[in-house]
Amino acid sequence: MIQLETLPAALFPGQDSLSWIFQVIFTLLFIVFVFYGQRIQMYIMVREIQGSLLRLKYIRDEGRKIAIATIKEIGKPEADPAERVNQFLEYITIPPESMDPAGVVWKLEHILDVRENRFKDEVKLMAPAADKTDINNLENTLEAAAALNLIYKVIRHFYILGKKTLSLYIIMQIQMILPLIMREAEAYASALKAFSYGQPIGDGAGALVAAKLMHGHRKRKIEKDCVVAKVPLESRTAYVIKAEGPGGNVGKPGEAIKRVVEENKGKISTIIMIDAQLKLEGEKPGEVVEGVGAAIGGPGIEQYKIEDSILKYKIPINAVAIKEDIGDAVSPMRKEIFDATEVAVGLVKRAIKEKTKEGDTVIIAGIGNSIGVGQ
Amino acid sequence: MRKAAEVSTRRFSSIILIVIIVVLALSLAALYQAYELFVLNDPNMGYYLLIGIIGLALSTYMLFQTRRQIRKFTLKSPPIVTTIICPECNFKNIRNFERGDYILKELGQCTKCKGKMMISAIYREVKEKVKEEKVFT
Ligand SMILES: [Zn+2]
Repeated sequence: MIQLETLPAALFPGQDSLSWIFQVIFTLLFIVFVFYGQRIQMYIMVREIQGSLLRLKYIRDEGRKIAIATIKEIGKPEADPAERVNQFLEYITIPPESMDPAGVVWKLEHILDVRENRFKDEVKLMAPAADKTDINNLENTLEAAAALNLIYKVIRHFYILGKKTLSLYIIMQIQMILPLIMREAEAYASALKAFSYGQPIGDGAGALVAAKLMHGHRKRKIEKDCVVAKVPLESRTAYVIKAEGPGGNVGKPGEAIKRVVEENKGKISTIIMIDAQLKLEGEKPGEVVEGVGAAIGGPGIEQYKIEDSILKYKIPINAVAIKEDIGDAVSPMRKEIFDATEVAVGLVKRAIKEKTKEGDTVIIAGIGNSIGVGQ
Repeated sequence: MRKAAEVSTRRFSSIILIVIIVVLALSLAALYQAYELFVLNDPNMGYYLLIGIIGLALSTYMLFQTRRQIRKFTLKSPPIVTTIICPECNFKNIRNFERGDYILKELGQCTKCKGKMMISAIYREVKEKVKEEKVFT
């Protein structure tokens, strides 16, 4: 039977030098962990961040390279676009002050309009040979590259700040959200590739539903960068709206819906909006669900406009959402989502039949980036 | 700024390397001691064997941990397929995506009839690597 007091001696038996060494080491380890345990943990976290940062840097550099290569290939610039691309990646947009929130929607819209025009001009200078579709795609490619650059710089900031201050809280807060940030960065990286090739992305599911509905009918352009077609559907008249494709472009569907509502003097029986929606983990990609409300993402300007104009005429608004995760939303459209658009078309037709009478006028708006989706 | 970060990283790694070497040497010594005690038929050899094996496992694990950091990053793009159909005779053609393709793009004449070919679908097929949650559906 080993007594408790003799336990250390039992663990390190014998009076030779090796057992003494072990005893000293164990005592030292104990002291080190008591006093420096947290610091060691912090170093492990810093290393983890460093690994992710290395990967982020690689993704950013790769994204920049792809953007430059695409500009050279499509745009046929005379000078090397690398310098201009570097400048583009550092562009900043200052959001309007919202201390007095009245009218901030229009201020934000204005700033974003200026930004978009500026970007388009810049791309035109970089790629003189590009047509309208290419310019939209290139602009999207560059925006994805800029987003990657921003993510890299923010993580680098916290990494360096954490090392400088050795503050556990700075290091911990970045280490905790790192897995989500890496997912987002990888999503942007695959978006960048899809944009540079002009491939349809998961976010374009709504636009694809509208494209399928309006295919073969006469279209006209409508504010801003959108197309609308008057389609006879289940003995009703449907105004189908989507962003103009196949260039990468989300348009201003809120503006378009407002215009169509005004053109019909508010005599719209219902509005159906189709959009991709971020799914929760565990939900299947490509699940199609119904609901009410303005199904549209973005900074909220278009949603505000739609809600404003339907309130004026008390028009009921229905939503059809196609579920997908953030990675699928910006990477080339996966098969499940493509198949889901067919289901969504069926749901839209059913909703029209159930919620309106024959001869009514409805608006169907497919929301999303129309890259790689014609009409 | 980046250079400073790299230098401090290397220093940190060399500290780890020294620790690994010391642990490795000590565990080898412990294993040797265990062997000597085993020859003497001393029951205490078990403790040394235990310490030696744990130390050996720990140091090799740490060595592989540092090795794993150095790996190549790649941005791979999945295969994207374009489906072309002829609405007249339902002739279907599936090929890899090419720049300029878009859904509902009209292509040339059908090889079988005089109908106009059209791109009906562009998508990527995902082979689900992660096992889907089966219980909570
Ligand atoms: Zn044919």
